Order: sequence, then C-alpha cells, then structure tokens
Amino acid sequence: MLAYVLRSLAQGAVVLVAVAFIAFSMFRFVGDPIANMVGQEASMADREELARRLGLDQPFPIQFLHFLGNALQGDFGISYRQGRPVSALIAERLPATVELAVLSALFATVLGVALGVYAAIRRRGVLANAVMTLSLVGVSLPTFLIGIGLIYVFAVELRWLPSFGRGETVRIGWWTTGLLTWSGLQSLILPVLTLGFFQLTLIMRLVRSEMLEVMRSDFIRFARARGIPARVIEFRHALRNTMIPVVTIAGLQLGSVIAFAIVTETVFQWPGLGALFVNAVQFADVPVMAAYLVFVAFVFVVVNLLTDLAYLALDPRLRAAAPKGAR
Amino acid sequence: MDEALSPVPASPKPVSWAGGFFDSDLWISFKRSKVTVIAAIITLLFFLLAIFAGLVAPQDPFDPAQLDLLNSRLPPIWQEGGQAPFVLGTDDQGRDIFSAIAYGLRISLIVGFLGVLFSAVLGIGLGLIAGYFGGVTDAVIMRIADVQLTFPAILIALLIDGVVKSVLGNQIDAWTILGVLVFSIGLSFWVQYARTVRGSVLVEKNKDYVAAARLIGLPAPVVMLRHVLPNVLGPVLVIATINLALAIITEATLSFLGSGMPPTMPSLGTLIRIGNDFLFSGEWWIVAFPGLALATLVLAINLLGDWLRDALNPRLR
Repeated sequence: MLAYVLRSLAQGAVVLVAVAFIAFSMFRFVGDPIANMVGQEASMADREELARRLGLDQPFPIQFLHFLGNALQGDFGISYRQGRPVSALIAERLPATVELAVLSALFATVLGVALGVYAAIRRRGVLANAVMTLSLVGVSLPTFLIGIGLIYVFAVELRWLPSFGRGETVRIGWWTTGLLTWSGLQSLILPVLTLGFFQLTLIMRLVRSEMLEVMRSDFIRFARARGIPARVIEFRHALRNTMIPVVTIAGLQLGSVIAFAIVTETVFQWPGLGALFVNAVQFADVPVMAAYLVFVAFVFVVVNLLTDLAYLALDPRLRAAAPKGAR
Repeated sequence: MDEALSPVPASPKPVSWAGGFFDSDLWISFKRSKVTVIAAIITLLFFLLAIFAGLVAPQDPFDPAQLDLLNSRLPPIWQEGGQAPFVLGTDDQGRDIFSAIAYGLRISLIVGFLGVLFSAVLGIGLGLIAGYFGGVTDAVIMRIADVQLTFPAILIALLIDGVVKSVLGNQIDAWTILGVLVFSIGLSFWVQYARTVRGSVLVEKNKDYVAAARLIGLPAPVVMLRHVLPNVLGPVLVIATINLALAIITEATLSFLGSGMPPTMPSLGTLIRIGNDFLFSGEWWIVAFPGLALATLVLAINLLGDWLRDALNPRLR
C-alpha cells in the first residue's frame, strides 16, 4: 500500500514539474519580461542590470531551477498589470473560489448520487425518466447559459437573489467567508447551482448506469437469494460497489469544476481565481497565468492522491495487501 | 469490433455509398430511433441555415451600412412594438437578431468543424505513431497526453488563445482570431483521439494483415495510414461527433469570456455576451434567441453522437 501511495506521489510530482516547465516557458517566450517591467526610457545598461538581477542572463536550465525554487516557496513574481505580488493576489482570491467549488461539488455529489440511485431503482418510473431526460438537456447546456438563465429568472424577474458578487463577507484571519452572512449565503446560491449543475447531471447518469450494471451481477442475485431485504441490498451492497467508478470520475471532474468556475465566476462577477485568470489572459499578464496554471495542477495532483486513497477505503481488495487500520 | 474484421479486411467499408448505405445496419437503427431522426433533422436545418445565411437572412449583420439605429432594441415580432422583417427583434445597434444568429451560426460551425478536424488529425496521427512504434515514442506522447488531461479543455484553449494573441499583438483581424480559436480548440481536444487510436492500434498491429503488409516491405507510414487507420476509425467517428458539440460549446464559452470572436464578426457566443448586457434592461430577446439556438444545436448533435456510439458499439448490438 505504501508503494501504491508512493507511485501516486511520484506521478503527481512529474505532472507538477511538467506544468511548471510549461509555465516557465511562457515567462521566457511570451513577450519580453524586461520590457514588461521597465519603462520606455530605460537605457540598455538598466535593462542589463535588471536582467542580471532577475537572473535572466543565466542559462535556461539554471533559470528553470530558480523558478522551481521560487514556486515551491509560493513566489511567482509580480503581476504585470496590477503591480502586486501574484501570491498575494491568489491568496486574496482563493477563499471565494474554494467556497464556490466545494459547495458546488457537495451539492452535485449529494443530489447526484441520490437522484442516480433513485433513477436506477425506479428504472421505469415516470419521475425517473423525467429526471433522465432533463439530465440530457443539462449535459448539453453550456454553463454560461445556465448562469444567464438563472440570473434572468431569479434576479431579474423574481428579484429574489443577487446576480453578482459575494455579498457581505466576514474576515477570519486571512480567509474571507460568505457563509456567515445572510447576503453572502444568498449570493452563493445561483453560482453554486450554475457550477454544480453539469457535475450533478454527470454524476447522476454515472451512478444510474453503474448501479444498473451492479444490480445485474451475480453477487446481488445471490444476496437476494439469501433473503436480504431490498433496501439493504440496494444501499449496502450495490451502492458501495457503484462508488468506485463514481469517485474516480468525480475526482477527475474536479478539473472541470475549476474550468467551469472560470465561466461561472465571469457570469456572476465572482471575485475568485477564475475571474483573475480570465483577466490575466486578456491582458497577457504572464505571472498570473503561470501561477494559476501551477495552482490548478497542484489541486489536481492533490485530488488525484485523495482519489487514490479513497479507493483504499472503498475497495477491500486493494486494502488486502495493506496493513490493518490503513484506511 | 473484432468480428467485423474478416481475415482479409481489404477495405474498411465494403458497402458502396450509393446502394449499400440504405440497407446497412446503421441506417436501419437510425430509422428506428425517432429521437435521432428528429435530432438529425434539426442539425441539418441548422447546417442549412448557416450555409444559406446570405439568402435567408433579411440583412447582413456584418455590414455596418445595413444597420439602422432607428431600428434598435425592437422586440420580437409577436410582441407589441415588433416590426417586420425583424422576426426575432433587434439589438442595440439595430442588428436583426435572426440574421445575426444565422451568420453567427456559420462562424460557430466553421470553428467547430475546423477545430474537430484539426484535433482529430493531430490526435489520430500521434495515436497511430504511439501505438505503432511503441517504446520511448509511445511513452513520451502518452505522458504529454496525461499531463494535458490534467487541465480542462477550456482552460487550455483560453491559455493558448491568450499566448497566441499576446505574441501576435492586439491588432489582429477577425479571421486570424478564428484561426487562433481553431488552433486552441484543436490543441485542447487531441488527447481523446490519441488514446483511443493508440488503444485500437495496439490490438490491430498484432493481426496477420499488418504482418503481411510489413512482410511485403511496405514502409511504416503506408501500413499505418492505408491498412491500420481504416480499421480504427469507428470509435474516432463517435468521438468526433461528440467533440463537435464540445468544440462549439468551447468556442461559445471563449467568445462569451471575451477571448473569442470580436463583436464585428460575432459567433453565437459573442452574441450571447453582447445580449447578456441587456438582460437587466428587459431586452431578453437579444440573449435568449442566440442562447436557444446554441443549446438546441448542441443538444441535437449530442443526441446524434449518443446514438452513433450505441449503434457502433458491438456489445449493444
């Protein structure tokens, strides 16, 4: 089991270094970092001085190692556009995105699993079929259209919920949260629905099809023969075996949660990382782009690791090789 | 898939297009599924609308001379204040929404098709090479694919878009932007093709016909393209169909985020971006109809893709 975890770690490290390399190449080849930092009237000597100070006169591999070292310490340089350290910008924006993403994932997973199980158990029911049809529409609707639709219904027509921003936030240390104020909670509803909707339909469809597959398998038939009540079979035996692929996909989908967070944050003018990235792309603010890229890769690697560990908890066959209590 | 391969699979489709197609299993399963037929008709209508936009649309929305500010913000024709010929109303510049959708659809479909084509060629090529040669080549290509899979397509497309634009500078015309979009969408979707093709190639390359082709001394590219490729195209077709919907969504999303087509040559996504600004002033039609068009198109293509996947899947036959 240790080897298993170590292998996941090693793979994650490779991904991170590769992404860092891409991010670093962007620094070097997109625009001229010196020109971005000095004014128009800087002399040649000034430029060379700055290049030396930034280490740009060093050979490429040395520069890359330098970049890696700085990145490990969370130092990604200074935003070309805002003139502030990128790490500060990210720290400032992080809470908004994390709250949005975690709540969406929670909403999508809980409701998605529940609806998926329902649709599988009541396979021919009217409601189950309606839910499945709706989910197909949900898969096809681009996120930003869902957001616009929700804004139109709940903010423009009904005027129930705010359509942009985080509302009032409470500061706890360096973290700002919208969970503790009424307006903060209200502001979360529409973005969370928007961001969670695609995941919800995906998880629901997956749970349903996996569950249908498992229900056909021999061990379920055997459990029925043993006279175990249907509820117990459905939830203790079938659902548990359904969860392995669901956890994998849900984990892999975290990438798309981040992607759709970019879109959702733009629609709702949510002051998170995605909006920061979109702005950075429009103004070719390379340090911010690079930092965001590395950040996303880092999140992905961590989630992948957690997904791998979740297998251990869910699949006794993997645990068999592991020492007791490893879960 | 295996059973479809006779010992000597000389050509991928033994059926000739003229006579055989309408007797094929594919056509019969198509006719049987009502939803698919409807989806196909809707898709076809959208294609026709895009192709004949110039004939159907009452005005050319890209030509500022044809726009009249007096006609701005007209509601759809069935609402009070609606005017012919502006069936679906107009936007703030007096642009006819229906015409804008027809022309925007054209842009969206062009980007979608070219993006899919580019990613398919790239992915198939790399997948063939990785599967056929194996070893280090394979490892390198597939690791790149793994790393790329870390990032969602839209993020990669945004990134490439940003990088290319900052290299080219800000003063680039709409057609170049279209090229950049195709390029970034293509680069963000190749992995799936590469993985699928590689997997199929690994199965195919141990078969006798490949050994025979090698034995008579055919060079590797010929074996790959003429002999192996036709036998791995089935799954690729399914991916391409579903990816067409994805590519259209990606383009629309990029345009919506402001990194795609400019307002002077709008795609559906740009139209939605423009219309989004009028949501609060009550002019819902500026955003609603382009949005509806986009959603319907994507849904129809997705339904076609779903059907194709099931129809080509031998396990479900």
